[in-house]
Amino acid sequence: MRVPDFKYILIGVGAFIFLFSFPFWYNAGRAATAPAPDLNTPTINELEIKECVEPTDFMRANHMRLLNEWRDRVVRQGERVYVSTSGKEYIMSLQNTCLACHSNKAQFCDECHNYLRVTPDCWSCHLESKGK
Amino acid sequence: MGVIFSLGIVLALVLVVTVGVEVLKLDFFFGVVVPYVTLATFLGGMVYRIMHWGRSPVPFRIPTTGGQQKSLPWIKPSFLDNPSTALGAAARVASEVLLFRSLLRNTKAELREGPRLTYHWEKWLWLGGLLFHWSFFIILFRHLRYFTEPVPGWVSFLEGIDGFFRVSLRAVYITDVLFLVAVTYLLLRRLIIPQVRYISLPADYTPLFLLLGIGISGVLMRYFWSVDVAAVKELALGLITFRPRVPEGIGVLFYIHFFLVCALAAYFPFSKMVHMAGIFLSPTRNLPNNSRAVRHINPWNYPVKVHTYEEYEEEFREKMKMAGIPVEKEG
Repeated sequence: MRVPDFKYILIGVGAFIFLFSFPFWYNAGRAATAPAPDLNTPTINELEIKECVEPTDFMRANHMRLLNEWRDRVVRQGERVYVSTSGKEYIMSLQNTCLACHSNKAQFCDECHNYLRVTPDCWSCHLESKGK
Repeated sequence: MGVIFSLGIVLALVLVVTVGVEVLKLDFFFGVVVPYVTLATFLGGMVYRIMHWGRSPVPFRIPTTGGQQKSLPWIKPSFLDNPSTALGAAARVASEVLLFRSLLRNTKAELREGPRLTYHWEKWLWLGGLLFHWSFFIILFRHLRYFTEPVPGWVSFLEGIDGFFRVSLRAVYITDVLFLVAVTYLLLRRLIIPQVRYISLPADYTPLFLLLGIGISGVLMRYFWSVDVAAVKELALGLITFRPRVPEGIGVLFYIHFFLVCALAAYFPFSKMVHMAGIFLSPTRNLPNNSRAVRHINPWNYPVKVHTYEEYEEEFREKMKMAGIPVEKEG
């Protein structure tokens, strides 16, 4: 064994473990819970049945896909009315439908988006609700 | 045969995790137990392999050379292709690791009409390999956004560049496309070129099918059937901070993706993929070619007991004289 060279191997292994374990020491001791979207807005509190356009599980995973579909249908096909899977009708509008209930963008939208470092383009055109 | 076997293994893994999560509700097993076992296997296996290789003796300098050796001061030596210094050797290893320099110089020999032997540059494997490795690295790096909170700026920066192109308002990652294209190419290459197919074994196909499975499930999850990413991040951070928690309602597609990644990582140290560590330990690349400047003594040379002629004559002089054998010294 060439002992002088073994130190390079140890340095290499050490560097590998150091870099690979980055998330472990970067996050050490921090809480990990995901933020829960806040539903405490005046409009939602007044609702009798608290339900979104589609079921919560679907909305959690697919809201961005639904918004994109809405955009295509409104802008390209000129449709305005969305019929949900439960048969209810909604006006397809981010500002007038979504934000009418979810008027708390900072708590409802931004917390999760920041948690995942997602920067949706919505607000480069749309205005956030200033509350009523 | 090898193709079917490898494909069968990967499909079986997908089936196991699907049944496990959907039917048997083993979320905790696949979300917590499997990744921890994988982590231990991966790290332990890698360290074991490297230490094992590190103990192999390298008594002589055996670098491959492709340029002028350093000799007289007025002859220009080749810094990279015939490195005479540790810096040159390190630069050569770096060019190998980062750019696959040897593969770039791959040639293909063909016997043409005549008969005439021709060689030409064969760049496709280099290109496919380079695209695959870099895409995979950047994709892995981008996944740090699930494993860090807050996400460091440099992760988002790279993600921003990678997601430069937008389709339907959403970023389409260049590396996602390149990864799938490159892995498909690497697989087709094994299946179509007869000589390569002949030497391909299940150990060659299995990593490719695993990577393809990981890529496809990841792309499906990002672009087609979304899962609740906030819950995914909660799971990932729970694992990282050793406070594992399995949130409800993560789709089965995530578990397929995650389990295939775990399978790949656990298999990693015991497969051909361990070339990730091995490339640094290639003696034909990492040794400076200084055999003429420095004397390399075999490190396990031990003092050999010798019996010189003088000592021999000293011992047997009288007997030699009696037998009439000439001696160098008289008494």
